[in-house]
Amino acid sequence: MTHEGRADHVEIELRESFLRGRDGDSAAYQGLLEVLTAHLRAYFKRRLTAMPDEVEDLVQETLLAIHNKRHTYQASQPFTAWVYAIGKYKLIDLFRRRAVREQRTDSIDLLAEGAAELFSTADSDAAEARRDLHKLLAQLPDRQRLPIVHTKLEGLSVAEAARATGMSESAVKVGVHRGLKALAALIRGET
Amino acid sequence: MKTDDLVILLANDVEPVERHAVGRRYVIAIGLGAAAAAALLVGLLGVRPDLAEAARLPMFWVKLAFVASLAGASLAVTLRLGRPGVRLHWAPTALALPVLAMWGLGGVELAEASSVERAALVFGTSWKSCPGLIATLSIPVFIAALWAMRGLAPTHLPLAGAASGLLAGAVGALVYCLHCSELGAPFLGIWYLIGMLIPAGVGGLLGTRLLRW
Repeated sequence: MTHEGRADHVEIELRESFLRGRDGDSAAYQGLLEVLTAHLRAYFKRRLTAMPDEVEDLVQETLLAIHNKRHTYQASQPFTAWVYAIGKYKLIDLFRRRAVREQRTDSIDLLAEGAAELFSTADSDAAEARRDLHKLLAQLPDRQRLPIVHTKLEGLSVAEAARATGMSESAVKVGVHRGLKALAALIRGET
Repeated sequence: MKTDDLVILLANDVEPVERHAVGRRYVIAIGLGAAAAAALLVGLLGVRPDLAEAARLPMFWVKLAFVASLAGASLAVTLRLGRPGVRLHWAPTALALPVLAMWGLGGVELAEASSVERAALVFGTSWKSCPGLIATLSIPVFIAALWAMRGLAPTHLPLAGAASGLLAGAVGALVYCLHCSELGAPFLGIWYLIGMLIPAGVGGLLGTRLLRW
């Protein structure tokens, strides 16, 4: 297969998994996030040679951002460019926080090239994250933390989680949604 | 937490995303913001009493079309800036066209006017208050548009702030048309535009601080 043919193939496959995941298909979504994790890790490792300790934290932060912002993807646009734009934004945001002047090697006009670079390599060698999301999770209020713990970590259904917490089912769903956003805000706040 | 565990956490029992979530957010933001701006206009300035008569003049509609097309184009730019990896394409051109058209019309009006009339075409009777009033009326939509943008994922924060501010300015100007009696194209091309650019500038300055995600 040619290089471009492979890139198209990646685009079609990932986009399909993402759209299925966005409609509630957990298995497709998990598979997609695993692939994105490996690509993001390789990409961040290359860009953060001076700050290797930051890589895994940034991968996690970017995954959370992709999840929390998944409603901003439009089916008419290239999915790989959407992911690349988020990854690059998170990278620049880290540089901004660390007050490192970013070398502007690419602009919005180079989305296709950037996306091709991001998806050209993968790295499944996970380092230990320095930031412990469990600890941040513990800081959330009960109405957000308990729905996440029950439905996401313990694998209860929404109905079961509602019974376990005495919350309504819609409050459980809202709690998960707001809790994951609050988690992203906590990550931003601590760095 | 290991990254693999985070992936499982995010994917486990994942909630389907509601369709048109972005569109609904903007309908709510602009609707509430425009309603608040209209209330502000009625309370502070009042609707011009001769609105029905003014609506018979073609230039009244040209003025409305000028402001409304800027509102539409700035909304298009705003929505594009709020989605990662989406190019602006034709959207900035759509923003420039109404301005260029109004400047062209203003140039024709000035060329045809006598030297005495020219000052009236440029300054009207309200040039001192017009930009400030438009900027004031844009405040509710400004707040609402930044709230709406915070729900998206802008990757160019000053630009996203500026576009949100311009959207607020254009909606504020649209509401201001209910009060203002100026109809000279040079007046509209200068003072209305400045009024709309004030919130755009403020949005550009605040973008990085307020829109980070």
